[in-house]
Amino acid sequence: MQKIPSHTKARHYGMVIDLDKCTGCATCMVACYSENNVSFRDDESVKLLSINWIQVYKLTNGKPFPDTEVCYLPQPCMQCDGKDFGHPPCVSVCPAVATDFDSPTGIVSQITTRCFGCRYCMAACPYHSRKFNWWDPVWPADMQNYLSPDVSPRMRGVIEKCTFCYHRFQQARQKAYAEGNPEDIGEDDYQTACTQACPSGAITFGDLDDPAHEVYKLKNNRYAFRLLERLGTNPSVYYLSTRKWVHRACDNYLENEEPAAFANKQA
Amino acid sequence: MTTPAFPEGVKRCGNGQFILWLLPAFLVLLIAVYAMFRVWFYGLNQTNMNDAYGFAIWIWADLAVIALGGGAFFSGFLAYIIGVKNVKNIINFAVVLGVVCYTSALLILGLDVGQPLRGWFIFWHANIHSMLTEVAFCLTIYLGVLIVEFIPVILENPKIQKNRFFHHMAHNMHEIMAVFAATGVFLSFFHQGSLGGVPGVLYGRPFAFREGLFIWPWTFFLFTWSAAAVGPLFTATMCRLAEFITGKRLVKDDVYRLLAKISGWMLLTYIIAKSIDTIYWATVTAPARGFTLMDFYSNNPAYYGIWILIAEILICGFLPALILITQKGRENKKLLFGAAILAIIGLCINRWVMVLQVLAAPLKPFQEEWFVYSPAWTEVITTILPVAYGIILISLAYRFLPLFPQERELNP
Repeated sequence: MQKIPSHTKARHYGMVIDLDKCTGCATCMVACYSENNVSFRDDESVKLLSINWIQVYKLTNGKPFPDTEVCYLPQPCMQCDGKDFGHPPCVSVCPAVATDFDSPTGIVSQITTRCFGCRYCMAACPYHSRKFNWWDPVWPADMQNYLSPDVSPRMRGVIEKCTFCYHRFQQARQKAYAEGNPEDIGEDDYQTACTQACPSGAITFGDLDDPAHEVYKLKNNRYAFRLLERLGTNPSVYYLSTRKWVHRACDNYLENEEPAAFANKQA
Repeated sequence: MTTPAFPEGVKRCGNGQFILWLLPAFLVLLIAVYAMFRVWFYGLNQTNMNDAYGFAIWIWADLAVIALGGGAFFSGFLAYIIGVKNVKNIINFAVVLGVVCYTSALLILGLDVGQPLRGWFIFWHANIHSMLTEVAFCLTIYLGVLIVEFIPVILENPKIQKNRFFHHMAHNMHEIMAVFAATGVFLSFFHQGSLGGVPGVLYGRPFAFREGLFIWPWTFFLFTWSAAAVGPLFTATMCRLAEFITGKRLVKDDVYRLLAKISGWMLLTYIIAKSIDTIYWATVTAPARGFTLMDFYSNNPAYYGIWILIAEILICGFLPALILITQKGRENKKLLFGAAILAIIGLCINRWVMVLQVLAAPLKPFQEEWFVYSPAWTEVITTILPVAYGIILISLAYRFLPLFPQERELNP
């Protein structure tokens, strides 16, 4: 874990995804593929071999028609703070420091040129957010010309994952330096591609610790929760839903337990 | 037949018979080497692993062979540190088995990484917090120690002994072997433990995660203890198998009985500790994360039923331990080796569940399906590779080196 330099303002970037707004259109996925040069293959039918930095899952309440309800859950890397802020489950296990927790931003990095593909981080991540390059990336004709110059494509045999579009943070920081206010990175200066692409405004991104940012208010919403929160991974991605079954579907509860938002309340 | 190249006073089969015996193992080795190069050349897409199964049969094989190869370090500990003289009659064989197991483990690790040419990063960019870093360092250094222990055994070949330099070298290496044995024991305690730490620290995986002492999860200690308990049983069982194949007695029965007694008590204490660990995990650790014991043993494609826990702890844990701690159990060879085989199976089950069941169990309630995996042929054949390679190396060692000091006396 990196120490926060004394002259650097500490930020804690995170995301709040409103599941009651998400329509499951997967535009976030498309935007992410395009922004981050995520490779794909002709046959993507085996999802456990696919690479995606954000994946939309379909949840149902399991009830028959007409009581069936559906919820779509976009899942990027949870950018876990882990135990004691700075020890995500995947970081301490990496034998070659190919992934690290960036304390000034709260973002979990992935250094693909350092990774030698042992996949221990993949085993450690309970969200399956980490993807392995089983093949070399092959782009369809001409598409190579349209790749983003800001993000290096990854090679066969290494792990990759969502970085909260860290290159956009670097650009925002450069801009702030150029303007003479290195600490002044506004909410709009740094937004992830999936946030900007979401047509229903379900994804909100910003500094979770900054009261001026929208995510600060949203994460304190009564119906905010985090995926598999009870494992102690301390994710930086929050979800919102007023539906109790959605909360129950996103963490494990014993028979006599209720999700926090609904404990001692009628849903 | 006898030749000057064979150990003094022992008989070996003819060259033709020996080559015929090795032929099937060479065939398997050949196919496995082909599979290895396919994996190295085309990548891990040649396996059936996927993003749910980042670890699979190879990592299980790694953990299992290292634990079984633990016979080398624990026999060394007994022979050189504690001074149990009788163990010296099987220590050379234990060292050869150790060399087979540890070289196989490193080879499999080299095969299992996505970018093998970057394998050195684990040493160069070492993350001291990672259990895998500790495993890599200890494993590599311990293999070095094992090879140092193996060299004087090689130098004892009668032909080589005729060279004065090698003769004295072997003698002097034997003199200082206790130092290497002690180093090996120290390293082994750590890497066996680190291998236990590999699943134990995964706090995002409630099936694997364990609390512990300071930075070490309980699995750290359980893995070391179980390897020390079952490793010597594996050495004894392989020795018995060698006796069966060669049709000769190679060590006296009291050596088997001694190893069985020590292993039996260690196995009993281990399995009691493992039971306490399992009860605490099932009643405290897992429920705190919203899981019950049966969440990990039901509603899955058949093979992860509660039977696997019963098999590991009762049938392959307590049962062999109770047989081995009784004199009657040890005096009956069938019972002794039956118990040893059960203990070996139990250890392999333990390593299997701590690698594969960990990854198979679904965590997100909206993803109820267990993850299913069946190994590709490339994985299966390379997992069998250590067996074929072991047969070849042990056969060569048995033919040309004095592995068993009691062989001459037992086969006049």
